Amino acid sequence: MDSTRREFITVGSRMFVMTAVGLAAFNDVLAGTPEKAPSYNTADHWWAMVIDIEKCIGSGHCVRACKLENNVIDEPHYFRTWVERYHVDPLDMDHPTVDSPNGGIDGFPETYPDGGRGKAFFVPKLCNHCADSPCTQVCPVGATFRTNDGVVLIDKEYCLGCRYCIQACPYGCRYLDPRTNTADKCTLCYHRLTKGLQPACCEACPTGARQIADLKNPKDPVHEFLRTHQIQVLKPQMATGAKTFYNGLDGSVR
Amino acid sequence: MKGFRDIEHLLRLAALFAVGVLVFGVARAELVPPTFGTLGHFRAKAIDEIRAKPIEYAGQGACAECHADVVDLRAKARHRNIACESCHGPLATHAENPADVTPKLPVAPPLCTHCHAANTGKPKRYPTVDIREHAGTESCVTCHKPHDPRIQ
Repeated sequence: MDSTRREFITVGSRMFVMTAVGLAAFNDVLAGTPEKAPSYNTADHWWAMVIDIEKCIGSGHCVRACKLENNVIDEPHYFRTWVERYHVDPLDMDHPTVDSPNGGIDGFPETYPDGGRGKAFFVPKLCNHCADSPCTQVCPVGATFRTNDGVVLIDKEYCLGCRYCIQACPYGCRYLDPRTNTADKCTLCYHRLTKGLQPACCEACPTGARQIADLKNPKDPVHEFLRTHQIQVLKPQMATGAKTFYNGLDGSVR
Repeated sequence: MKGFRDIEHLLRLAALFAVGVLVFGVARAELVPPTFGTLGHFRAKAIDEIRAKPIEYAGQGACAECHADVVDLRAKARHRNIACESCHGPLATHAENPADVTPKLPVAPPLCTHCHAANTGKPKRYPTVDIREHAGTESCVTCHKPHDPRIQ
């Protein structure tokens, strides 16, 4: 073998680097555990929620179901989903009156006299599972992230409880769970979605005002709904790529 | 070799640098969780932990497996599109162990009125009543059967 020392060092270091890169890639293959389940492949889904304001009756079924399914602390101000009632006075359309007694968990008291001026309607709210979410971008430790199938999740083991994400969310969808001192919010019932079930709020909604939608599934009825209705998201000017689509959303809703 | 007269200074610096790199490497290997960064800037195992959470609502499919009679009863009723657990509450434990877990019957007045009490926010086409005027103190189920609420 007539190779110089220089050649030996160059080839040797190249082989070393290639082996290290190969090993790292193999680790990725081993760790890609969500694909372990043969029936659920994250690359085949892109989850969104469709909310039909015209069907919402403010019964609070979704709020109760969410709290029971996800073991959300049973006190006011801790909600993964909640319902707001808007009352818009035609003389002051820019300043609607919004109320949400205990998140609408027990429905709404009759407050506004019927037949008077103005209009009232319900707006269910939840995490928008933004494609470019501000909350995941501000997390200093990588404890919140968007999955390959479009769901924004929180790693409760890794969360520091620093509350940056709670401030970053333009929709007010996050809160600090006082039991664990970690951030918490809607997971779109990820534990149900990946088992082929719909989220608890959609299951419990009596009028079908909330529909889970898989935008990557061509057979999902959401495509027909999106074609035939005028859809809006909340705060489109924030460019968050929000994926909670509202049908019949009034311009006064913030 | 005239330029390398004080080579021990450089060696000391190199040793310090090597120790620094070593400490960083060890600390990183210790502190960063094993699956961090494999799917993005987060711990990939967290996804499995979230998926592992047990369900509370069994889903309409699980109810229909055994309660076909109620499904048939509701097939032509106005409540046909409402999932069983919407009124009966989360019953995954019952679906798993039908013999051991007996569901409680929901109580009519707060349950029915959540949806059917008149409220200005509700869509105009949706059937609502002023409860006091409509039923007084009578329970809803005296006249209406919840699975088929039309009065026969």
